[in-house]
Amino acid sequence: MADVQRADGHGADGQRVARHIPDRREGRAARMLKGWEALLVAVAAAIFLVNSFASPYFLDPWNLSDATFNFTEKAMIAFAMALVIISGEIDLSVASIIALTSTAMGYAVQLGFDTPALVTVGLATGLLCGALNGALVTGLGLPSIVVTIGTMSLFRGLSFIILGDQAFTGYPASFSWFGQGYVWWVFSFEFCLFLLFAVVYGVLLHRTSFGRTIYAIGNNPTAALFSGVRVGRVKFLLFLLTGLMSAVAAICLTARLGSTRPSIALGWELEVVTMVVLGGVNILGGSGTIPGVVLAALIMGMVTFGFGLLNVPGIVMSIFIGLLLITVIALPILYGRLRRRVTH
Amino acid sequence: MKRLSGNREMLLVVAIVALVALIALRFPPFVTPGNLVNVYNDSSILIILALGQMAVILTRCIDLSMAAALALCGMAAAMVNAAMPGLPIPLLILIAMALGTVLGAFNGLLVWKLDIPPIVVTLGTLTIYRGLIFLLSGGAWINAHQMSPAFKALPRLNLLGFPVLSWLSLAMIAIMLLVMRRTPLGRAFFAVGGNPHAAVYTGIDVGRTRFLAYCLSGMLAGLSGYLWVSRYAVAYVDIAAGFELDIIAACVIGGVSIAGGIGSVAGTVLGALFLGVIKNALPVIDISPFAQMAISGTVIIVAVAVNARSEKRKGRVILKKAEATHG
Repeated sequence: MADVQRADGHGADGQRVARHIPDRREGRAARMLKGWEALLVAVAAAIFLVNSFASPYFLDPWNLSDATFNFTEKAMIAFAMALVIISGEIDLSVASIIALTSTAMGYAVQLGFDTPALVTVGLATGLLCGALNGALVTGLGLPSIVVTIGTMSLFRGLSFIILGDQAFTGYPASFSWFGQGYVWWVFSFEFCLFLLFAVVYGVLLHRTSFGRTIYAIGNNPTAALFSGVRVGRVKFLLFLLTGLMSAVAAICLTARLGSTRPSIALGWELEVVTMVVLGGVNILGGSGTIPGVVLAALIMGMVTFGFGLLNVPGIVMSIFIGLLLITVIALPILYGRLRRRVTH
Repeated sequence: MKRLSGNREMLLVVAIVALVALIALRFPPFVTPGNLVNVYNDSSILIILALGQMAVILTRCIDLSMAAALALCGMAAAMVNAAMPGLPIPLLILIAMALGTVLGAFNGLLVWKLDIPPIVVTLGTLTIYRGLIFLLSGGAWINAHQMSPAFKALPRLNLLGFPVLSWLSLAMIAIMLLVMRRTPLGRAFFAVGGNPHAAVYTGIDVGRTRFLAYCLSGMLAGLSGYLWVSRYAVAYVDIAAGFELDIIAACVIGGVSIAGGIGSVAGTVLGALFLGVIKNALPVIDISPFAQMAISGTVIIVAVAVNARSEKRKGRVILKKAEATHG
């Protein structure tokens, strides 16, 4: 019997069985998630403390403000990605959407577009990319992981075709404000945008009926469909949303760097997914919260920044992030198994 | 189903032949036997890796860490060779394969014993293995002059008109054909992916089968690690970065269903060859090599769309109807 349960637990294809019936899971999941966020807060606090002891430069407000650039752009995509993953899909093309969007904006600069026009071009490109993903996944019913691996090559490939080994530069000064401007004191435009999106996505997911339908789809798409949820349309909208957020991130990143190369934001898709999963979103869909993702973003940003102050190479940081990802997922599973053993 | 998968492989053969013919129209020397051997040889490593990935995907899992494992094993082999040039190369290959198997087993154990979703596990180990290369090498490169001549010569050694690299990939294809068709393990890969519940009731340990699939993909990544490093005569942290997606692309093009349970050795090999032909043809027909990425992306999307259609015909729709009447 134990064997059967283990096999069932592997519903990687989205098949749910008795153990995963949502209403039984709801209560336990809610409690679990509260525990999860508490765990994240503890981890964040510990990293903050360790960092401030390890380096005298950590607590400087301007340094901390600089540190936020490590995660704000990725976190903006992570909010939309969280919704996509909760709905049971995934979008691995986000970093390539950044590349294509940035290339489109660079091209527009060569044509003499001004800042508002550049932003419009950027957002439109992101939406188009998202629409293509959404159409392939919902229109043709293809698995999103393969579709977005394909579009990941396609989008970045297009910007390689346009740019080759060249770079676009010469962005107008008013455009660079999106990446380098400060709204007030140490609070950068990007950080304020991050906070704004955190609130918007928190409300969207946790306080609107649209948010509830995302959970419903993630838990059981068939049941959601029979309950009158337009599953395809919601998923399409979610892919549009990741495209749009990738475009917003691309605008910030391009403005911050002041140039576009086809290799821009290479490998970000994995960091964004790591952020979302670290934030407690179930990779199989159906559960997760925005506050969790916000905490995960802060943790990843602080780890990167703290290690950077200590001169730890970036690649060693990535070992730490990888271990963190596996550990935070393994811990609740081990804990749950231990508890089951105790109660039985 | 067998007939359909036969169709798919025929379709791929036709596609590859048509592609080669098109290229030959623009650049006739492409179809000389010598060049075709080169194209096959150039695809060999991808073929070996794709066979390992196929086994993993068949069991409804995925291995994103293959390229990182390849790089780690390659670096280890190169460092051992630089430190002990006298060590026989076959022993070195065994060391690389053993290390690869350990890396694969680590993935497999996390999937088997802790029930962590495969994509999360291998996403994590992808960065961990890459980081380990840095820790192992200190960020330094192992260059051609630090490797022994025998280390670099083996894959290039010509036997009966084919380099050893090609022979090795042919041997792997033969072994995988045997394993997939004639051994209980090979059949278990299909059973676990096709229907895990039914597999349990027929006495197959689902977790253990997945674990073994990961060991297999790790072992093949280890072998490829040696081949890659000796072929290009250099080892550093970032070798084969991003190659994991090419491996998955080869499988998808070859008709391996990402939902598990469907796929074949022949299809996978053809999928890898298809990518190999494109990669080798672009420079000679005056298409910028920068276009390769966009072309592979388009091919993946088209391939998965074709896959989905043939899978649907197989009876998914009927199953859904049955579900609907019961629910």
